Amino acid sequence: MSSPLSVPYREREESVTLERLEAPLAGTEVEADAELLTINIGPHHPATHGVLRLLCTLEGEVVRDVVPLIGYVHTGIEKSCEDQQYWKAITFVERMDYLAYYFNAYAFCAAVERLLDEEVPPRAQYLRVIHMELNRIASHLFWLGTAALDLGAISMLWWSLRDRDMILDLFEMSGGQRLHTRYFQVGGVIEDIPPGFERKTRDFTANMRTRIGQYEALLDENQIFVERLHEVGIVPHERLKDLGVSGPLLRATGDSWDLRKAMPYCSYEHFDFRIPVGTVGDHYDRYRVRIAEMRESMRIVEQALDGLPEGPFITDNRKVALPPRHELATSMEALIYHFKLVTEGFRVPPGEVYEAIESPRGELGCFVVADGSSKPARVHMRDPSFINLQSLHDMAQDDLIADLIASIAMLDPILGGIDR
Amino acid sequence: MIDPTGLELVARAVRGAVGDGSVRDTVHAHGAATLDVPPEDVHEVLGFLHSDADEPFDFLSSLHGCDYFPAEPRLAVHYQLLSTERRERLGVRTRVTVEAAESGVVPTVTDLFPTADFQEKEVFDFFGVRFAGHEDLRRLHMPEDYEGHPQRRDFPIGGEPVLYTFNEQRVPRWYE
Repeated sequence: MSSPLSVPYREREESVTLERLEAPLAGTEVEADAELLTINIGPHHPATHGVLRLLCTLEGEVVRDVVPLIGYVHTGIEKSCEDQQYWKAITFVERMDYLAYYFNAYAFCAAVERLLDEEVPPRAQYLRVIHMELNRIASHLFWLGTAALDLGAISMLWWSLRDRDMILDLFEMSGGQRLHTRYFQVGGVIEDIPPGFERKTRDFTANMRTRIGQYEALLDENQIFVERLHEVGIVPHERLKDLGVSGPLLRATGDSWDLRKAMPYCSYEHFDFRIPVGTVGDHYDRYRVRIAEMRESMRIVEQALDGLPEGPFITDNRKVALPPRHELATSMEALIYHFKLVTEGFRVPPGEVYEAIESPRGELGCFVVADGSSKPARVHMRDPSFINLQSLHDMAQDDLIADLIASIAMLDPILGGIDR
Repeated sequence: MIDPTGLELVARAVRGAVGDGSVRDTVHAHGAATLDVPPEDVHEVLGFLHSDADEPFDFLSSLHGCDYFPAEPRLAVHYQLLSTERRERLGVRTRVTVEAAESGVVPTVTDLFPTADFQEKEVFDFFGVRFAGHEDLRRLHMPEDYEGHPQRRDFPIGGEPVLYTFNEQRVPRWYE
């Protein structure tokens, strides 16, 4: 087998195969004389949730084949991370799945902590849980708004973004930024929550309970919305597992696989919450599972605020975490550690780990290889959107093109995470 | 969680089913268990672990590539297996030289785990590992006519030619 790159450019052009277009329908019940139309949806299309290009083969209004083409927002984040010190790479990984930035940062930090054998103080773990669960609600709210928008329920977008903004206010309070807060550090979090954060978070969760009830009433009693979702896009459970699908899409079929329960991390075992599951795995179940997950996330946030332990919010290992600012004026050692950390970063002993957590879209895995220097030799994110996208074909085939749009909405792909 | 003893038992079962040389090494570090497997046995080992083993792994949670430059063999493909039943993870790793990877020594596992489709394309795209038997191996993230495999360690950052250079004359190297 010769390398495709040793072939001259013009000849390589001929290797672009049109096989799929000429005989796209092996295995479907399409008559040979059916009039087929191949169109592109995207890359720039409001219903694709980013720059996703779908090569669709249509027979009338029925989708006979759909091939997702990706790479339009590939920015080489994984490569860039290899040129950054560990604590600077956090900034990069946060930008992969841009709606679930706390999860990206956690997966990376936890992987590095495992390589360092670094203990995270309990208060930091609880603060991480609070922020991750708030982030999960924010991500699901954004999904709810855009998914309903795709189905024609435009007002949902404004309602859900209003509530998401309240979460972003909380993030601004604790981390100083609304998006990509870089709040999680290796060994803990950058700062303790400020006074007033707890009250504001409790106000939010109390408010949000009734708001979710209102949204459900708005959507569940809308016959158009329900009929657009009911018994559409069903993929059998076994097939989803073969395709590697995880998260709400898998749970909608009745599988209660959730890494927060199955393999608890970050002291999730301390909290009492349930895993919402669906029954048949259609779009309606996917919608219900995500709505129910928001409720459970609020319960976790409240429990974490109730039980928030006292103590340090970041490890006191000065080789990993920056010393407190006030020490710099009086302590020579603190100044040296600060200087070493900021200029060189910390070194991580050689090794490799795969750390998997439950992001709003499924299993988010971070694979980090350390070579003993202060920069990672490899950072890879197993992004749930990227894997879940493979199930779009099964969801959308032989359904109407309008249902394809609903399938994309219920798949909840984040192109920043898919392309990285 | 597989402990070191459990890992040895898995390795023994794999050796018994596939062949003596099918597990080169076992690594247990940071709470994770990994089998080191020669590339030609990858398909059989994963097939055994997927369906025939006493304690099977039903889910391939991740497949990714890695470049261990300057160590030899340089490239590696990692398979992260997961058993949702027993809540266990097992890593399978295969190391290949660049030449072997490009000549198609590593077999595809898309027939065992359809989820590997996108990820094998990604590994091919970024590391140039040609998975033998993959039906539609092509670039996924990079453009079809892209030269080189950007995630290899010897591929320079900033090695990307700049396409739109209309004002290059006026503002030399404006893009930096």
